[in-house]
Amino acid sequence: MNPISDLIRNLADQHGRNRQNLLPILQGVVEQEKYLSEYSMIEIARELDLPASEVYGTATFYSFLEHKKMGRYIIRICKTITCSMKGKNQVQLAIQDMLKIGIGETTADGNFSLLQTNCLGFCHMAPAMLINNDMFTELTPEKVREILSVYMNKKKEGESNDNRLST
Amino acid sequence: MINITINNKAVQVEEGTTIFEAAKQNNVIIPHFCYMENVHQIGSCRICVVEVEGGKTLMASCVTEVKEGMVVHTNSDRVRSVRKVIYELMLSDHPKECLSCWRNQNCELQDLGNLIQITEFRYEGAKSKDIIDTSSPSIVRDSSKCILCRRCVTVCNDIQGVGLMNPHHRGFSTFIGPSEDELLGESVCTNCGQCVLVCPVGALKEKDSTSIVWDAIFDKTKTVVVQTAPAVRAALGEVFGYDPGTLVTGKMASALHELGFDYVFDTNFAADLTIMEEGSEFLGRVKDAFTSPEKAAVLPMITSCSPGWIKFIEHRYPGQLPHLSSCKSPHMMLGALTKSYFAEKMNIDPAKIFVVSVMPCTAKKFEITRPEMFSNGLADVDAVITTRELGRMIKDGGIDFRFLPDGEFDSPLGLSSGAADIFGTTGGVMEAALRTVYELVTGRELPTENFHIQPLSGLSRIKTADLKIENPLAEFSFLADVTVKVAVTSGLTGAAELLDEIKTGKSPYHFIEIMGCPGGCISGGGQPRPVNDAIRTKRLEAIYREDEGKALRKSHENEDVKMLYRDYLGIPLGHKSHELLHTIYIQRSKN
Repeated sequence: MNPISDLIRNLADQHGRNRQNLLPILQGVVEQEKYLSEYSMIEIARELDLPASEVYGTATFYSFLEHKKMGRYIIRICKTITCSMKGKNQVQLAIQDMLKIGIGETTADGNFSLLQTNCLGFCHMAPAMLINNDMFTELTPEKVREILSVYMNKKKEGESNDNRLST
Repeated sequence: MINITINNKAVQVEEGTTIFEAAKQNNVIIPHFCYMENVHQIGSCRICVVEVEGGKTLMASCVTEVKEGMVVHTNSDRVRSVRKVIYELMLSDHPKECLSCWRNQNCELQDLGNLIQITEFRYEGAKSKDIIDTSSPSIVRDSSKCILCRRCVTVCNDIQGVGLMNPHHRGFSTFIGPSEDELLGESVCTNCGQCVLVCPVGALKEKDSTSIVWDAIFDKTKTVVVQTAPAVRAALGEVFGYDPGTLVTGKMASALHELGFDYVFDTNFAADLTIMEEGSEFLGRVKDAFTSPEKAAVLPMITSCSPGWIKFIEHRYPGQLPHLSSCKSPHMMLGALTKSYFAEKMNIDPAKIFVVSVMPCTAKKFEITRPEMFSNGLADVDAVITTRELGRMIKDGGIDFRFLPDGEFDSPLGLSSGAADIFGTTGGVMEAALRTVYELVTGRELPTENFHIQPLSGLSRIKTADLKIENPLAEFSFLADVTVKVAVTSGLTGAAELLDEIKTGKSPYHFIEIMGCPGGCISGGGQPRPVNDAIRTKRLEAIYREDEGKALRKSHENEDVKMLYRDYLGIPLGHKSHELLHTIYIQRSKN
């Protein structure tokens, strides 16, 4: 059986199969897969007996539910005004230069995707970015290169993908 | 009762009333846009905002309920200027190509701009959407004109239960439709066209077929045959300013002759024929069910005249397809007969005949493209135009409709009974079938008043009736004292309910009539706008008037149908019938 179908069935067993259970199921799939493929959305629609169009509409409404194929690590750099004033552009250029991808793109090896996001609530520690669920603040081009190196080495050592917030 | 003040006037209204309704009851019309009474009241367009004293912001009157002591101003300086800004912002993301838009002069956005006196565009900016989807044979979606009122979302989800039209993305990127990469023509869309009927602007429209019809009319090598569905005559008048419910059968026949059609036939003729075929099929199934259980006859049998309903069951309940009658819809039967029986009789090459159907329906445009709807390599019907398109052709053709004399349909496919007329409304096919079936079984006329079956008429979602068979003819003795149970529904949520019963083995019925659009064909997706329950009722009454005005009330007494069987088809469900008048259904994917 397809692992995504299994995942969706398990999530539906866990959360329920009503309309209000759609969001936690979508989140569950994104946590595991990083994005919602057309296949997953149709599977969810089938599992919950909802129109596929409604699942798609819900998924595309939320910024953090991606519906395009994403890399293992999703970098979301804050694009709002405080971060912009505190040097977000230089940070972004450093990331783009290091990973050789633009906004909305994914590295050829499928490890990193670069996205912009609205305010993360860290204006006092701007500029800020997220990598998956991990928060990084007071970024500079140097600092961001170090952070990305750690993530690149993580994947080299074959470490498991840690989604929990590092505090 | 609640006491409120509207525009300095103290009034009393019932608890639970919205400000909009309260104002309306007291002769204050608040300018509005997305609002559709009892159907769509979600305050999405914000045009109906009013000022409530003590409130921080303006409130959408269509969703705000009155409270004791409320002081409402619907026309204050603040309300007037905010309303204009909302309208202007809506317009800033709408192409201003009114002159070349098919909704020009018939557009609710234009009307509103006129009403609130917009004389300039102050905001120009980026346009958010540009998807034009022409993949469907029935419906064209031009999202650049969409103003996100979500009426289509309401009818597609809540009224029809299809769930295809939905909002996607958010904010400025929002668009309404099937998912991003999905085309209407490849989706679960049933082509019912209810969304087209409620779209206030030009974002959803029927795919235009008038140009190919004009081409055929002007092509001297072609014999152009037109047929009109029963529901068209009860609504076409509205295009020309008649009150809803005005029958224009005679004027319509005259107009079609004047437009240059060579033969004007009546789909009603084929409706009578459908009753003969479908009635015989039903009796056959019932007979098998009662006398030869080994044949496992499939009951209840469900009518198959509505192509939107057919596509719905093919997607959603493929396991229940054997319940459908195998009859083609009446206009497909008439098309097939025109290119066979009529062509032979008149000695015309069927390949040179062009059949046009005037239908209250957008799904019929899809139906004629189905591969099953070709006989002897020729399409049974070559083009379908809606009631609205016919209205446009008549105007475009320079015909002064109101002054036309009453004309007649042409022979031999033009005569019909009153039973055929009521095919156009919910409950009508069932009533027509029972008028014939009861008489075939008992040898006596249907014993109800004026041949009507009262519980089956009207706009309720699901209607049922029981008909007890007493003293049947010897041939049908197995039906003695059997109570035949029938159900009627219109709109696809009702259909889903009845199908769920069948699926779980709980359906008590023998025969079910299903029409895809709420109210039946009288409010089909191809009918004139606007449509609401008051207008539905008027059209429905008109259809029954047409029926009662005829001496011929029962399909099996139609002499031309009898002649057709005598000269050409033989018997109902015979070999020729199967070839020309019956069809098959296919399983389609659920999503």
